[in-house]
Amino acid sequence: MTRRLMEGSEAMAEAAVASGCRFFAGYPMTPFTELLEHLARRLPEVGGVCINAESELEAVGMAWGALATGARAATGSTGQGLSLMQESFSEITLAELPLVVFNMARGQSDYFQATRGGGHGDYRHIVLAPMDIAEAVELTQLAFHLADRWRNPVLVYGDYLLAHTAEAVDVSPMTFAPLPPKDWAVDGSLGGTSRSRTVSSLGVGKVNRPGGGIPAHFEAVVPKQAAITAEEVRVETGFLDDAQHVVVAFGTPAKFVRYVVGQLRAEGVHVGFVRPISLWPFPYEAVAAAAEGVRSVMVFEINGGQMVDDVRIGVQGKAPVVSIGGISTDGSGFGVGPLLDVEVIRGRVEAVVSGQEVPA
Amino acid sequence: MTAERSIVPTGSPPASAHRVAELTPDLLLTEEHQMCPGCGEPLALRVLLDTLSQLGVAQRTVAVMGIGCYTSFSGTMDLDLVQALHGRAPSVATGVKRMLPDRVVFTMQGDGDMVNEGLQEVVHTAARGESVTAVLLNNGVFGETGGHMTATSVIGQRTKNTLEGRDAEYHGHPIRIGDLLATLDGSAYVARGSVHNAGAVARTKRMVRRAFESQLRGEGFSFVEILTMCPTGWFVPTAEGPGYMDDTLGQVHTMGELKARPGGGPSDHASGALAPEARPGGGPSDHASGALAPEARPGGGPEGGVGR
Ligand SMILES: Cc1ncc(C[n+]2csc(CCOP(=O)(O)OP(=O)(O)O)c2C)c(N)n1
Ligand code: SF4
Ligand SMILES: [Mg+2]
Repeated sequence: MTRRLMEGSEAMAEAAVASGCRFFAGYPMTPFTELLEHLARRLPEVGGVCINAESELEAVGMAWGALATGARAATGSTGQGLSLMQESFSEITLAELPLVVFNMARGQSDYFQATRGGGHGDYRHIVLAPMDIAEAVELTQLAFHLADRWRNPVLVYGDYLLAHTAEAVDVSPMTFAPLPPKDWAVDGSLGGTSRSRTVSSLGVGKVNRPGGGIPAHFEAVVPKQAAITAEEVRVETGFLDDAQHVVVAFGTPAKFVRYVVGQLRAEGVHVGFVRPISLWPFPYEAVAAAAEGVRSVMVFEINGGQMVDDVRIGVQGKAPVVSIGGISTDGSGFGVGPLLDVEVIRGRVEAVVSGQEVPA
Repeated sequence: MTAERSIVPTGSPPASAHRVAELTPDLLLTEEHQMCPGCGEPLALRVLLDTLSQLGVAQRTVAVMGIGCYTSFSGTMDLDLVQALHGRAPSVATGVKRMLPDRVVFTMQGDGDMVNEGLQEVVHTAARGESVTAVLLNNGVFGETGGHMTATSVIGQRTKNTLEGRDAEYHGHPIRIGDLLATLDGSAYVARGSVHNAGAVARTKRMVRRAFESQLRGEGFSFVEILTMCPTGWFVPTAEGPGYMDDTLGQVHTMGELKARPGGGPSDHASGALAPEARPGGGPSDHASGALAPEARPGGGPEGGVGR
């Protein structure tokens, strides 16, 4: 094992390469840009391709084509660029292509976009939210595995802090359970054989092997969501035994929250935390269990209040749910604002614990 | 005034008919299509599939399909195929080709798909010199949605949203996409054919062949635009489709080879069908005027020479 000091963007790019990703297309946008830059340098070195696409619409289209050949492929942007890709996200899910998407988000305001999807139709993407670079390296590799396992897109939710801070990490390839062969992929070899293949979101095959048609295809793909929900929930919890208050947080802010909760515990405050690692499927059961008998469930997220909806679903009215996060950014609108600070978070948690209003 | 109408059943051949030859392309899985009577798109499909068979590349070809009436061909072509979204076939084809560089990759798109929804896709794919062949079925309308104006509809053309005819002042001007793509350094072969009569079909077939040969030589982006009849979307009787096309679309989107690299295959030159010297290198300057000089159209547009 060799550890090297790397920015998160570089580490995630290396993790993608280690996963066997051989195609990437993207369009620069802060704080996603460095991921694109690293892949533009690295992919050709390993026989892959990285294209500076003319827009995010084409970036996802190019990844679609690469995926259809059976290659491991990815795209990414910030939430804004992902907004442009939504038509493709929805349809690529119905085409059952194993896309990996990186949202190097400008904060946490893309929670709804990531977990509900901004596109049309009944689709879900598995969403993995690393809290630091070491975890991002693991979750990036897991993302490629899960995408192939479920033939369903997986979104990795990063952010400015993850993209631009450096940690010493080891990026060696991880091993996962074996996957079935990609016999659905097209390689051009079956033309004229009456066995030619079609990769399509419409579920329509050839006239000699028509498949079930569009409604049957939708009905066949959508139930995967229940299977994924049953098997792919990932969550970290801490200090929940005898907790009277629980704080729920995801992504890089969750690492701050975890630290604050640890500090308060050391001082005898009965507080615990829940950190959803998979945002979809959301760890409703873990939240429900944590909410049992507590005086409050706090939600710290750096947005106007999005994950709090899922926390409420999980809590099911068993305890008051209190938002202690908020919108916070630097002057550029891209970066880290004053809320992402241990003292500030601590102040907000203490306020709720002592029954005060959360300071604005 | 009473008009006599009779309905001719076309579901099966008339009793007196008998088959004298089997001419179904090898790469068609069925003899049937789901298009309107008089539609030009099945003719263009046939031209394409016959060419791929003759080039012997069917078992190393990937088709990428757009969304329009021709999307129903996705199920009838015996080719490995990726169905793209409306407008998005060029980017999808790019991803396919970059992962499978030794395969033949082509797109099939309509004018609505390519020139409206996905214009920047095809322009950038051409500019990158992506080694794919784009086949445009240009009928000057959104056929599938019921006959609406597209970016290639000609001035005066009546569509469901240009009821009094396309008016340049109000609706803008048509885009001659082939001419536009020919100006880009990344495009190697650009031609515009048609399927409105047998001669045009024969010429178009040679264009399609030359486009794929250009791809096989790795010259860059190749493009064949094929004007196709859409009597339904033009609101003209089926039998008048070819004539209407000749008089309207064919006058603006004139037939001919717009660009070919000088190194084109000798066999084609020998045929004399498409004079390569008409546009040696087909540089941007040829197109800067935006108008097609008559000499740029060897063999003439629809008005001349197509019957050869
Ligand atoms: C994003 C999007 N917008 C609109 C449509 C609806 N739509 C389906 S086919 C079509 C027009 C197709 O026109 P064209 O490509 O010219 O093909 P034609 O039917 O004329 O052969 C449109 C607008 C769509 N499928 N997707
Ligand atoms: S609407 Fe036009 S393009 Fe579509 S099938 Fe009918 S004739 Fe062909
Ligand atoms: Mg059309």
